[in-house]
Amino acid sequence: MQIKVLGTGCANCRSTVALIDQAAQAKGIAIEITKVEDLKDIMSYGVMSTPAVVVDGKVVHAGGIPSRDKIDAWLK
Amino acid sequence: MGLVAWIAAYAALEPFADTALALCGLTRQTRLGEAVHFFIYDTPKVLLLLTGIVFVMGVIHTFIAPERTRALLSGRRLGIGNVMAATLGIITPFCSCSAVPLFIGFLSAGVPLGVTFSFLIAAPMVNEIALALLFGLFGWKVAALYLALGLAVAITAGLVIGRLGMEEHLEDWVRAMQGTQSAAFDPAKPCWDKRLASGLAHVESIVGKVWHYILLGIAVGAAIHGYVPEDFMASIMGKDAPWWSLPAAVAIGVPMYSNAAGIIPIVEALLGKGAALGTVLAFMMSVIALSLPEMIILRKVLKPRLIATFASVVAAGILLVGYVFNALL
Repeated sequence: MQIKVLGTGCANCRSTVALIDQAAQAKGIAIEITKVEDLKDIMSYGVMSTPAVVVDGKVVHAGGIPSRDKIDAWLK
Repeated sequence: MGLVAWIAAYAALEPFADTALALCGLTRQTRLGEAVHFFIYDTPKVLLLLTGIVFVMGVIHTFIAPERTRALLSGRRLGIGNVMAATLGIITPFCSCSAVPLFIGFLSAGVPLGVTFSFLIAAPMVNEIALALLFGLFGWKVAALYLALGLAVAITAGLVIGRLGMEEHLEDWVRAMQGTQSAAFDPAKPCWDKRLASGLAHVESIVGKVWHYILLGIAVGAAIHGYVPEDFMASIMGKDAPWWSLPAAVAIGVPMYSNAAGIIPIVEALLGKGAALGTVLAFMMSVIALSLPEMIILRKVLKPRLIATFASVVAAGILLVGYVFNALL
């Protein structure tokens, strides 16, 4: 599973990465998580608010730290 | 339920403060008593107001995503577009860390540059936290004035930037994206449970982040209330201060970075010591609306001339507001 967190490096983006990591470990799911910090790359996904989350190439979340429920739903 | 509890708590504030004061064996006739009363009356009052307003905004945010604002503004002309953008700037969820993606997102969906700037100026400056705190600490008139003047600055500055036709001073890759996306937006419609829950979540994140600034601000205010002579700052920042005191206040405020809550202790201190309201509000606006870190982020999408124009147009607007304010009051 490929997960990308889009964001220019604010505190919320780092917490989002940490949260997804935790959730994946708790479920024992192997994920490959990358941070996308370059503005041009972020904009190529068409999101307007960060942090945004991309799961397997699809934008599933934008703006703010996602809730644990939401993260768990992605990790299926 | 929550609403009833909120109103009851608000109504009980004054008696609560009086009783608490009596229990400490203090009266309001002494300086210490006056300061303590100010603190135990104002702290719960401001926190209650903030909680209430932030909750309502959290619910409103579930109706207005940035994508919806963008769809509303797409293809608007200067003028009405700027008014709409500044107004939507107040209620659209906005975090300074996504200012740039938002900026590009607006331009790429065909929102004119001047209209985009109106949004970008209003969103951080005129926000619910600033308004709630001003309302709680200085009364509704100050809050309403801040709202009206902040909107005026955002609308006018956006209009001026739009009129100057500075599209060529966008970075080339940003310019290439202008008008390339559709602004179509299919809003998710959460149920009311979800909306109220996100109101609560908003309260948790905002109030959790700013409460210590508020305590500090009120403590500063309380100390001044009891002890510092009222005209301490009057000669430097008061109404009869020299003409340069206002530009100086704005010049100090522009590079500074703080959120609305962090600036409140300073505002409280300045006002309490006899500084003029126009000068203090101009200072507050310049701190919140313009900052060095923001300029550095914006440099990725704007060429230096447009950044300089943006900063000077906004600073000029804030100055004008300060002078008008000081002259009227």
